[in-house]
This record gives sequence, structure tokens and C-alpha cells, in this order.
Amino acid sequence: MSEQLTSTAYIKHHLQNWTYGLNPETNSWGFAHNAAEAKSMGFMAIHVDTMFWSIFLGVLFLMVFRGVAKKAEAGVPQGVQNFVEMIVEFIDSSVRGSFTAKNDLVAPLALTVFCWIFLWNFMDLIPVDWLPALAGLVGEHVFGVDPHHVYFKVVPSTDPNATFALALSVFFLTIWYGLKNKGVGGFTAELTMMPFQSKNTVIQTLFIPVNFLLEFVSLIAKPISLALRLFGNMYAGEMIFILIALMFSAGATMAVFGGVLQLGWAIFHILIVTLQAFIFMTLTIVYLDMAHHEH
Amino acid sequence: MNINLTLIGQSITFFIFVWFCLKFVWPPIMGALEERKKQIADGLAAAERGAHEKELAEKKATETIAEAKTQAQEVLAQAQKRSNEIVDEAKANAKAEGDRIVAAAQAEIDQEVNRAKEKMREQVVAIAIAGAEKILKREVDQSAHNDALKDLASQI
Repeated sequence: MSEQLTSTAYIKHHLQNWTYGLNPETNSWGFAHNAAEAKSMGFMAIHVDTMFWSIFLGVLFLMVFRGVAKKAEAGVPQGVQNFVEMIVEFIDSSVRGSFTAKNDLVAPLALTVFCWIFLWNFMDLIPVDWLPALAGLVGEHVFGVDPHHVYFKVVPSTDPNATFALALSVFFLTIWYGLKNKGVGGFTAELTMMPFQSKNTVIQTLFIPVNFLLEFVSLIAKPISLALRLFGNMYAGEMIFILIALMFSAGATMAVFGGVLQLGWAIFHILIVTLQAFIFMTLTIVYLDMAHHEH
Repeated sequence: MNINLTLIGQSITFFIFVWFCLKFVWPPIMGALEERKKQIADGLAAAERGAHEKELAEKKATETIAEAKTQAQEVLAQAQKRSNEIVDEAKANAKAEGDRIVAAAQAEIDQEVNRAKEKMREQVVAIAIAGAEKILKREVDQSAHNDALKDLASQI
């Protein structure tokens, strides 16, 4: 088990997802035992840890909110109802502030996006070794596998699959509502007739490829920036936690110093966790608003 | 860090969660919030109405008090007037009674005076006759001169 002793291996182990997929060598479905094996599976693989945590957190969020929704009444709110109403009102005011058209989907969508991403990101504040170590123990003693082959990434937003899935879903919705509200003609015109315009038909025709190039890039940039912003922030944050965690094995002085750093970074990270969730939600609302209005 | 089926799995999960939120989470909570908003608005409106009513009632109370004061004043004035009347009446009655008594006394006095005068007259006549008798005892015929003396006595 010499690979576990080096810092590089430690970091790599932390950044590897628990992957279940089609192994091209044996041509059978199974868990990947290392990063190379996971990589060789290509597209036909699924990150079990990402799926598990995101579904777990999503269900947690929906259970809490559904529990309140079932009992919600106009009387004096108490306990968790207060908390849930606070979030709902915050989302509602954000949507009212940025979204001017009428669409009943946007507010629940924004609520789901915000809470889900917040919970994903929040997993980053749990010390980086706790859950993977626990998973390693469970893997070793319950399933009898080598604990070093148990990969367990607990922060779904550090998996680009999760952030891109969200961003592309939002992108799909903006295209859908764009086509629905503006029609194919209006949608195409938005891509080709702007920003350069001319009254002369010939010049306008010449402008079309230029406009399309510019507008297409800005259209594609939306989901990519949305996904990469969240992924990048959370991945970097996770990476710093991992680096700090390395200090714990470098002597007592470094361990104490690392503890202080960890505390400081975690406190700062609370801001990032919330901010990234908020940014993702706000941009989702703004993009959907743009899909409802002619420019 | 590989892009794989997780992408699709996450997207499906996401849409299911959004659908659930849209159907079962958002409407009841917003309903409750709207309901509470309405209740608070109603409460505030009711409070305002109450305040307005109180103002009206105060105004009415002031008016009633003013009216009552005026009435009391009137009653007082009437009572004053009536008491004055009663006093005046009593005065008049007393005066009339006094006058009556005085008149009765006067009449009695007059009567008494007349009677006394009559009596005196008779006595004077008697004295005069007696005197005249004594003086004229011998020469005067009582019956001859009686008429003349009666006439004299009536002039007293």
C-alpha cells in the first residue's frame, strides 16, 4: 500500500469518484478499482457517490420542505416552518425582482436550484476525511474490499457531471421557453439579426454570419460559465481543504497550524457555499427571464 | 473528473426534484404565505376601521354631551323662570290676600265706626235730650220738640 503514503496519492485518491461502469477490458459492468480504470470506462459509467449524495441531499431538502408544506397554515409560524418560509420568501423576492414574465415553474425551479446546490456545497464543510474514511471502513469490513480502492467524493458540486447536468438542464429550459415564447423565427432572429443591424437588406444578410458567430458563442457561454463557475469554486475549495488536511500528518506544529487554517478556510467557505448557490440561482432566473422577452 | 452517464442521471434527478417542488412544495407554502398576508391586511384594515369608529363614537359622545348640556341649561332656565313665576304668583296672592284682609279689616273698622257713631249719636241725642230736659224741664214740651232734636242729632 505504498501509494497511500505519498501526498500525491492522497490527493488523487480524494479527487477520484466512486465509479460504476462498463469495463472495456473485461466487457462487464462493475466498480472501477482505480482512476485509470474509471477513465477507461469513458461515458458508460456513473459516479455512484455523486448520485448518492445529490439524491440524498435533494430528498432531504424535499422532505423538510414537504413536511412544512403539508402543515403550512396562515397562523403564527413556528420552528422549521419559520426557516422554510424565510427561504421561500427570499427565493420569491429574488424571482419577483429578476423575472418579469409569468411562469409558475421559475420560482420552484429557483428554490430547488438554490437549496440543492447549497446542500451540495455544504458537504464541503464536513472534514474531508470523515466520510471517505467511514466509507473505507464500511467497504473493508462489510464488503471486504481493499479500503484504498474505495473512492468516496462527498461534494457533488466538485464533480463536473453534477454542475454541467444542472447548467445544461437550465440551458435546455431557456431554449425551450425561448422557442415557445418567441417562436422559431424570433429565436433565430435573436441569434442572427443582432447585434449588427442595417436597414439595407444586402448588408443585413452579410451581417448574419457575424451575428450568428457572436450570439452563438454568448449562448453557449451561458451554460458553460454557469457549470464551470460552480465547479471551479467548489473544486478549488475542496482542494484547499485536502491540502490543509495533509498538514495534519506533518508533525504537531503543522497540525495545529493546519487546524487554525482549516477553521479559517471553513468559515470563509460558508460565504462561498452560499454565494455560489445564490449566483447559480440568480443566473438561472435571469437566463429564463431573457428567454421570455424579446430584445 | 470524467464526463459520463452521471450527467444524464443528475439531469433526470434534477427534473424530478423540480417537478416535485413545483407540485407539492411551492404551492402550499406560498398559499399559506398569501393567506397570512391577507389575514394581516384584513387585521390592519379592521384595526383602522375600529380606530375610525372610535373617532366617530367620540365625536358623537361629544355632541351628545353638548346637547345634554344645552338641555340642562334649558331645563335650568325653565326652572328658574317657573320658580320666578311661582314666587311672583305667591307674591301676588299674598298681596291680594293682604289687600283682602286689609279691606275686610277696613270694612269692619268702618262698620265699627258707624256703629260707634250711631251709638254715640244716640247717646248724644240722649245726653242732649237729657241736658235739654234738665234746662227746659219746665217749659219745653218733650213731644213738641222731639222732631227738632232728632233732626239735630242726625246732623252730628
